[in-house]
Amino acid sequence: MKIEMKINGVKKYFEVSPDEYLVDTLRNNGYISVKRGCDTGMCGVCTVHMDGKAILSCVILSAMANGHEITTIEGVREEAKKVGEFLVSEGVEQCGYCSTGLIMNILYLEKCIENPTDEEILHYLNGNLCRCTGYSGQLRAIKKYLEVKNSESSE
Amino acid sequence: MISINEYATPESVEEAYNLLIKKRNNVVFGGGAFIRMGSKNISTAIDLSKANFNYIVEDENTINIGAMTTLGDIEHSPILKKYFNNVLAKSVREIVGIQLRNIVTVGGTVYSRYGFSDFITGLLALNTNVELYKQGNISLDKFLEEGSRERDILKSISIMKDNRKAAFSSMRNSKGDYAILNVAISNLNGKYRIAVGARPNRAVLANKSMEYLNNNGFSQKNAVEAAKIASEELTFGTNSRGSNIYRKQLCYVLVKNTLMEVQGYED
Repeated sequence: MKIEMKINGVKKYFEVSPDEYLVDTLRNNGYISVKRGCDTGMCGVCTVHMDGKAILSCVILSAMANGHEITTIEGVREEAKKVGEFLVSEGVEQCGYCSTGLIMNILYLEKCIENPTDEEILHYLNGNLCRCTGYSGQLRAIKKYLEVKNSESSE
Repeated sequence: MISINEYATPESVEEAYNLLIKKRNNVVFGGGAFIRMGSKNISTAIDLSKANFNYIVEDENTINIGAMTTLGDIEHSPILKKYFNNVLAKSVREIVGIQLRNIVTVGGTVYSRYGFSDFITGLLALNTNVELYKQGNISLDKFLEEGSRERDILKSISIMKDNRKAAFSSMRNSKGDYAILNVAISNLNGKYRIAVGARPNRAVLANKSMEYLNNNGFSQKNAVEAAKIASEELTFGTNSRGSNIYRKQLCYVLVKNTLMEVQGYED
């Protein structure tokens, strides 16, 4: 079946099988920042945005994304780079496999809650598993990133 | 592993229903998150996302939630926040991660009567009806008990805005895991509804416990007794998350604590 998606602002057409998952369509077409992880909706490494909401591309059929706007980390390079710098400075980048999904979810959190508490940040991070670093460093990095972001926007 | 031959996006429930009954292995897809984990050969996957079932609205007496509303929408709904101490948002907030909750649908969860569901337990503590395309309105407790008599499509659920107070609690091995047991309790003018789910079978009402409380009124002593009755009247199973004995103990503790929480809202 033929589907149409706006990916990172650009209209794209794909021929997909009805049982193909979005993670495969994206990766097969060069959006390789989107990682394959658990394939059961538990680990968060395949996180992308659909119409501005964070979703798991391993759970959504490509057919379900037909007509929708998809954002991968390639579409938010500048914002992602800023978040990444804070993750690195707190030593939580390590193997990096979960980083793209994590960053996409942090950008979603930022859109949803203006000044999140620690509890709210951890609640949003519940869907992103990391085997290397644990979550304290991630929490520190996100708090510092949001602090700087908020002070920049209030200037 | 699932296989799907065709994918359809009907624009009305009539069209969807005609597709559904055409073949035995045609399936209404919902969000598709749990289907993903199973194994199924689907002839036509029917996606209701173009049939206008994504809404949360209220009228004078009820809150209506469309089948394609996601659990993420439930969690963040300003309408639901106003009622029942936000129990429905609280019931979904521990389900895996926000990204999955932005996919999982109300219709997919409720029609499937998943035993592990936290959301169904929250709904069961309220005065909830399900609206099926062919069979019309059925109370949620009857639907959970009997299921659908024929192949049907869940259009929406409706909840009476009866101003009851409600609370939800659950026990998990780790954050984001399926609940080992979940409990939701509501109180309307001294009449309690006690729902227990993830037993691991589907959620049910603890009728004897409710009757005891409704006849004797709330006190700390009666809450303890009601929790004991609930843990003894319900049946519990064993799976990888917990044994039936552990679930029975949990039921006692969660019912007691949740009753205290609901009573706290009254004081």
